[in-house]
Amino acid sequence: MSTSKYSVQIKDLDLAFGAVKVLNSLDLDIGEGEFLVLLGSSGCGKSTLLNCIAGLLEPTDGEIWIKGENVTWKEPSERGIGMVFQSYALYPQMTVEGNMSFGLKNARVPADEIKKRVARAAAVLQIEPLLQRKPGALSGGQRQRVAIGRALVRDVDVFLFDEPLSNLDAKLRADLRVEIKRLHQQLKNTMIYVTHDQVEAMTLADRIAIMKSGNIMQLSTPDEIYNRPQNKYVADFIGSPSMNFIGGDLERGTFKSGGIVLPMTGYQFAAPQVADRPATIGIRPEHVATGALVAAAPIKLDTVVDLVEPMGSDTLVWIKLGDMPFRVRMDGQARVHHGDHLTIGIDPSKASLFDTKTEVRL
Amino acid sequence: MADTAASTSRGPRGPKPKRIFSGTNILLYGILILVSLYYLVPLWVMIMTSLKTMPEIRIGNVFAPPVEITFQPWIQAWSQHCTGLVCKGLSPGFWNSVQILVPSVILSIVIASINGYALINWKFKGSEVFFVILMIGAFIPYQIMLYPMVIMLRELGVYGSLTGLVIVHTIFGMPILTLLFRNYFSSVPEELFKAARVDGAGFWGIYFRIMLPMALPIFVVAIILQVTGIWNDFLFGVVFISKAENYPMTVQLNNIVNSVQGIKEYNVNMAATLLTGLVPLVVYFLSGKLFVRGIAAGAVKG
Repeated sequence: MSTSKYSVQIKDLDLAFGAVKVLNSLDLDIGEGEFLVLLGSSGCGKSTLLNCIAGLLEPTDGEIWIKGENVTWKEPSERGIGMVFQSYALYPQMTVEGNMSFGLKNARVPADEIKKRVARAAAVLQIEPLLQRKPGALSGGQRQRVAIGRALVRDVDVFLFDEPLSNLDAKLRADLRVEIKRLHQQLKNTMIYVTHDQVEAMTLADRIAIMKSGNIMQLSTPDEIYNRPQNKYVADFIGSPSMNFIGGDLERGTFKSGGIVLPMTGYQFAAPQVADRPATIGIRPEHVATGALVAAAPIKLDTVVDLVEPMGSDTLVWIKLGDMPFRVRMDGQARVHHGDHLTIGIDPSKASLFDTKTEVRL
Repeated sequence: MADTAASTSRGPRGPKPKRIFSGTNILLYGILILVSLYYLVPLWVMIMTSLKTMPEIRIGNVFAPPVEITFQPWIQAWSQHCTGLVCKGLSPGFWNSVQILVPSVILSIVIASINGYALINWKFKGSEVFFVILMIGAFIPYQIMLYPMVIMLRELGVYGSLTGLVIVHTIFGMPILTLLFRNYFSSVPEELFKAARVDGAGFWGIYFRIMLPMALPIFVVAIILQVTGIWNDFLFGVVFISKAENYPMTVQLNNIVNSVQGIKEYNVNMAATLLTGLVPLVVYFLSGKLFVRGIAAGAVKG
């Protein structure tokens, strides 16, 4: 069991605080060198799971394996993990160098080796001029870089990130996001990254695990999650502006709702035969064709513009489809106004169809 | 036209100047000066009296400075004044108090800081109950515990000794000091503790290398509390010390000032009282600066 193609394995993990179940028999296999993002709204258990992997929280039941070894009852420092926290968690009384070498000193690494590793990590993160400063004299971005450096010097197998960019302003967040991605390309370590920001998740992840109240709702590539969400929760959570949903019925391969009839030709059903049932269709605002593109779309609908939200790069247009409000994303140059007639084109192959009762993809 | 516009823009700047002798200022400083005089007058009387000879004191003008300054009362209070048959002044009491104070302060603060740290960061089963029990200790009047404590110390064989009094001070300081440290450590971000654990530091490693350096301001607060509390203690000194040669300074001061035999030597009494109060005073002056500096430097998060 010493070799495993998985870097981290979560087996049937349970965690309950009293009667409150925070993690619900989770299973998760994370490949060697994979960048996995745990995504969810606050309270979904994503940080709790990360703390369990780090060994900072004891699971009620289940096992955690790292590199083919059961580490469920091991100390955090014995697991081969490095962790980066949202609040940076730098030791305020130590210099940057002291912060980065603290773990190595605890592990009784020889002094010249410590110096070498700190210098190497500082070079990677471009923080060499800051080594003798204290955290109080650093900016937020610099502090988070030092925090990453602290994990880097320890030559760990697995990096854990707990919302590392949430305390930074928008511009810095985008910069550091790119740096983390570059770091992963360079180091090829396994990285597990917790965030509630879907942009971070989509841009960084090899795979995303979307969590909700202690369960994983979907675990797939960003592409799969965006284009083929497995349930309505994931479909609604991912994408900005979020997906349009219309409730109706599926009758012999055709979706009907009020006056709207959408033959689902070209749509890939999950099963070859899908029985008639109440269904909900989900269409992303950016998947609605307008203008010249309507001609190519299999289905064309005439609508009336209700409200226009210009956002610079594109324009969000609210229309009425049947009685339902429906969002359409048009380009930034679109000149439409309240009351205008708008013909839209819908491609069923880009839509998502869910069972209304179970909310599972059909 | 352009000239006048430029001159107005070059006009006076900054906030509107305030008059020094405004009504509010006179009222404010007037009250402050009056109140500080009110507090300083007793000190003035004490210092002046301690520097006078007895004949001069008998003249009666307590506020007047001494005509002829003498340090004899101070010398007498420190090393010559007689209580009973012993004529060594306050000095043996001073050294007794030092021997009580130093180990009591160190022991109680060391234990309480570890308590507070463990109660916040290393929660164990029943740690909350433990804390509640400790807190109840803070609200029970001392008088209730005096006699049981005497019995306990007797059984331990340390009743009447300085060691016994050190134990008593350490125990009685524990609830409030633990609360103090627990609250301080609870304000330290939890992620800092987590980071240290990931970095491989254990219970003592985190305490000494992470928590202790950050907790200096609260240590200064605890030292002020304990030094003044233990130094000024009279009750425990009387109850738990049985031999006169072991009495702390406060008890000896009482024996000097309240002696019923002979004539009242006011100048010696004043000097003895000032001598006794010197230690807390010095602690306030020294640590006050440290305290402010500690708070200013103690920024954890930016």
